[in-house]
Amino acid sequence: MIPALALENVTCTFASREDPSRRYTAVRDTTLVVRAGEFVSVVGPTGCGKSTLLNVAAGLLAPSAGGVKVHGEPLGGVNARAGYMFQSEALMPWRNTLANVTAGLEFRGVGRAEAQARAREWLKRVGLGGFEDRYPHQLSGGMRKRVALAQMLILDPQILLMDEPFSALDIQTRQLMENELLELWSANRRSVVFITHDLEEAIALSDRVVVLSAGPASRPIGEFAVDLPRPRDVADVRLTPRFIELHTRIWGVMKEEVLKGYAQQQRH
Amino acid sequence: MRSSNGTEGRARWRLRVYQAVLLALLLAAWYVLTSPTLLPPFYFSNPKQAAFLFGEPLEVAGRLWKWFASGEIYIHLWVTLVETLLAFAIGTILGVIFGLWLALSPTASAIFEPYITAANAMPRVILAPIFFIWFGLDIGSKVALGVTLVFFIVFFNVYQGVREVSPVVLANARMLGATRRQLLRHVYLPSAMSWVFASLHNSVGLAFVGAVVGEYLGSARGVGYLILQAEGVFDMNTVVAGVLLLTVFALILDGLVGLAERRLMVWQPRSGETERV
Repeated sequence: MIPALALENVTCTFASREDPSRRYTAVRDTTLVVRAGEFVSVVGPTGCGKSTLLNVAAGLLAPSAGGVKVHGEPLGGVNARAGYMFQSEALMPWRNTLANVTAGLEFRGVGRAEAQARAREWLKRVGLGGFEDRYPHQLSGGMRKRVALAQMLILDPQILLMDEPFSALDIQTRQLMENELLELWSANRRSVVFITHDLEEAIALSDRVVVLSAGPASRPIGEFAVDLPRPRDVADVRLTPRFIELHTRIWGVMKEEVLKGYAQQQRH
Repeated sequence: MRSSNGTEGRARWRLRVYQAVLLALLLAAWYVLTSPTLLPPFYFSNPKQAAFLFGEPLEVAGRLWKWFASGEIYIHLWVTLVETLLAFAIGTILGVIFGLWLALSPTASAIFEPYITAANAMPRVILAPIFFIWFGLDIGSKVALGVTLVFFIVFFNVYQGVREVSPVVLANARMLGATRRQLLRHVYLPSAMSWVFASLHNSVGLAFVGAVVGEYLGSARGVGYLILQAEGVFDMNTVVAGVLLLTVFALILDGLVGLAERRLMVWQPRSGETERV
């Protein structure tokens, strides 16, 4: 079967802006394959190039070497089959909730009435019915994430790229959002690449967890299938023995890298 | 919430009273100090000297009244306003277009950069004689002068605004499928608008400066022309009346810009706004 997304031997090297002879390799020779309908989490210490990898998959960043294939076709330019949920605020502050959700349809030339009807539907689905007229600054952090989720999902992308989307939320809101994400995802099982530094979040959500080494020149150093039954509740599943077993195994691989990453940050 | 609004309203009301009192005091001081008969002359040897140098409030009010009652002011006011609004509109539109263009085209920006800096550093009021030759003594030369003043303010703000577009918002719009043109229309332009509005308050005043200075340097109509005429015969009351009239109209235009800003920029958080849910 053709994988939904395949990063093949991707290397990303950045030249320093002040001194072009100084180079920094964020990711080296990384291969990551995501099957159709698979939920894959990528975990690793901070600064290990997780976001770089995701930007490559999104087509926002061209890799220095290697390539990306989407459903078997090489990717050039922005990945039109993917939706991207950013870590920081990405809503257009000058558009209200409804207009933010309709934006993608509008860019694709869908009629105004139809776009708005579908957007209202999606806002209800993420629990924001009645907030159509609010501007992003009038919403709480959790609500803005829901708007971003609706903004992405309304286009029905076949690949969801998520860059620590819930990391700025408090723990309760975060678990609520994780459960909602799983529920929305299970409705039509798209492929997901979920970036996080939180191993518990990664195990609770995913089918597979990929561990990246500490940067520079990160690469995958371990892959673990998560065989916890679905549907899952992200809060309850953490208490099951299998979860704890998986966590212990993966953490065993990750711990050393986290310490390395920490030591590097101290040096900078 | 309600009670805090009440306190806020009362505080604002008190502020307005203080402001009115200050105005009344200033007018009273002006009246007392310039009246030839009220106080014995303690600084000038001639009792009429103070009135000659600073005008007299009652005379100024009388002059303003006569202007409007006779209707002779309207044509001058109209000319000055048309010059101001034209300079304001043309300068703003050109500033937005060039600001967007240079901000989005690194090559053009690199080529033009030293020339823009030079043009901005030049004292542009000295261009007035050239504009008189090019556009004649009619409103054309005044509009041109105003445009050169307004353009750079708006231009630099748009340029800055476009460069400070959030890269994440931009990347998000691209992922949502925006073409280059849609990015311009739906991301760059709205993002630059908050900067443009900040600059419009400055530029509306400068559009007035361009019009009035232009009239002052050579014209047959306009409030600047009236002021120049009065100055020629040392009629300080008319000069002050003209200055007051211009100030009031500049304030009105600034208020209109503020109104448009509040209408169009509802999405911006105001300072101290805590409307979260």
